[in-house]
Amino acid sequence: MDDPYKTLGVPRDATAEAIRSAYLKLAKRHHPDLNPGDAKSEETFKAIASANDLLSDPEKRGKFDRGEIDAAGREQAPRSSYREHAEGDSGRRYSRAGSQTGGWSEDEFGDIFNSMFGEGRQAGATTPRRGADASFTLATSFLDAVNGATLRLTLPDGIALDVKVPPGTTDGQTLRLRGKGDPGRNDGPAGDARIEIRVAPHRYFVRDGQDVRIVLPVTLPEAVLGGDVEVPTPRGVVHMRVPPHSDDGTELRLKGRGVPAHNGAAAGDLYAKLNIVIGPADTALEAFLRDWKPEHATNPRRGMQEPT
Amino acid sequence: MINIDALVALSSRLERPVLERWIEEDWVRPDRRDGEFAFSDIDVARVHLILELRDQLDVDEDALPVVLLLLDQLYDLRRQVRVLADAFVRVAPSDVQRNLASELIRHVV
Repeated sequence: MDDPYKTLGVPRDATAEAIRSAYLKLAKRHHPDLNPGDAKSEETFKAIASANDLLSDPEKRGKFDRGEIDAAGREQAPRSSYREHAEGDSGRRYSRAGSQTGGWSEDEFGDIFNSMFGEGRQAGATTPRRGADASFTLATSFLDAVNGATLRLTLPDGIALDVKVPPGTTDGQTLRLRGKGDPGRNDGPAGDARIEIRVAPHRYFVRDGQDVRIVLPVTLPEAVLGGDVEVPTPRGVVHMRVPPHSDDGTELRLKGRGVPAHNGAAAGDLYAKLNIVIGPADTALEAFLRDWKPEHATNPRRGMQEPT
Repeated sequence: MINIDALVALSSRLERPVLERWIEEDWVRPDRRDGEFAFSDIDVARVHLILELRDQLDVDEDALPVVLLLLDQLYDLRRQVRVLADAFVRVAPSDVQRNLASELIRHVV
């Protein structure tokens, strides 16, 4: 006997209300009188009913939770057997035709024969049908997704597809290759291949819509005195001037150096946030700092003392 | 065959006026004998089905006629298919039966 919580698909701490609603949802789908002739539904319904039997009764549920009874330790509620009667001749009492007398009218059977053996059925076997779409996942590097690239995807049947990943492709975006899905039936067109793109994270680039952000390490002299530094961008290294008196965390913008323009969206910018790296200190630096009397003394932690 | 008192006595959830309303609505169709209702096995099973739909599956009485209508059509169809299959087995030569069976298996996927 399965775990009744699993049978109903509810957590062990589910409320009585949640259990009832889970039971109702399943019971409506699997009730044997609503699914005549479906043995699997009947089995499922029995399991659902006995799980609900156990969990809807606080006393039994408590005993089960404490391990005092097992999931099978209950009598089965007697099942109604409407379907056994309804499928037999006595079921005609509730026929839509309302006929209580024996025999079938020609109309009733005419209907069935038409739908089973008539023209309508024949057509289905030869009508052209479009093939189903096939879904794949393709992993790309950060830069291939930002700049665009043509990547090769090998399908399960060994056929290689060249997938053109357009510039500015985002993680989770789906590309559609027309006619590369499952073949159609009776000369129907093939379905499409739907390729979901998974973009791997980059070591230091982070995408923010059309913009790209990086943290750019600079030396103490570069920050204080300013200077020309090399900055990596998605399309290669460019030079940027760090203005004098830049502080740690200063954000500098390189216009148009983010995600390239695509699909009508303008090119984004690259935002470089300065990260001052002092590196191994030497005696000269120590000596300088010891003698240094700052003109504007600052306490960088002042903001932390204010009440929030 | 049982009468209405015996049927009402079978279930604590079944009240006589409610059952009488169901008969009036034509949801339950017992025979009439000597001026009183006579319920056959299928009527009893149907009353219990309606009770179960109402009390355990939360189908309220406004929605019940639709559910019963669809169920009755489903069972009509299943009875017809059964009768058809029985007749086919009686009438058709065995090679035709085998051909039909394999044809059905091929197409019902």
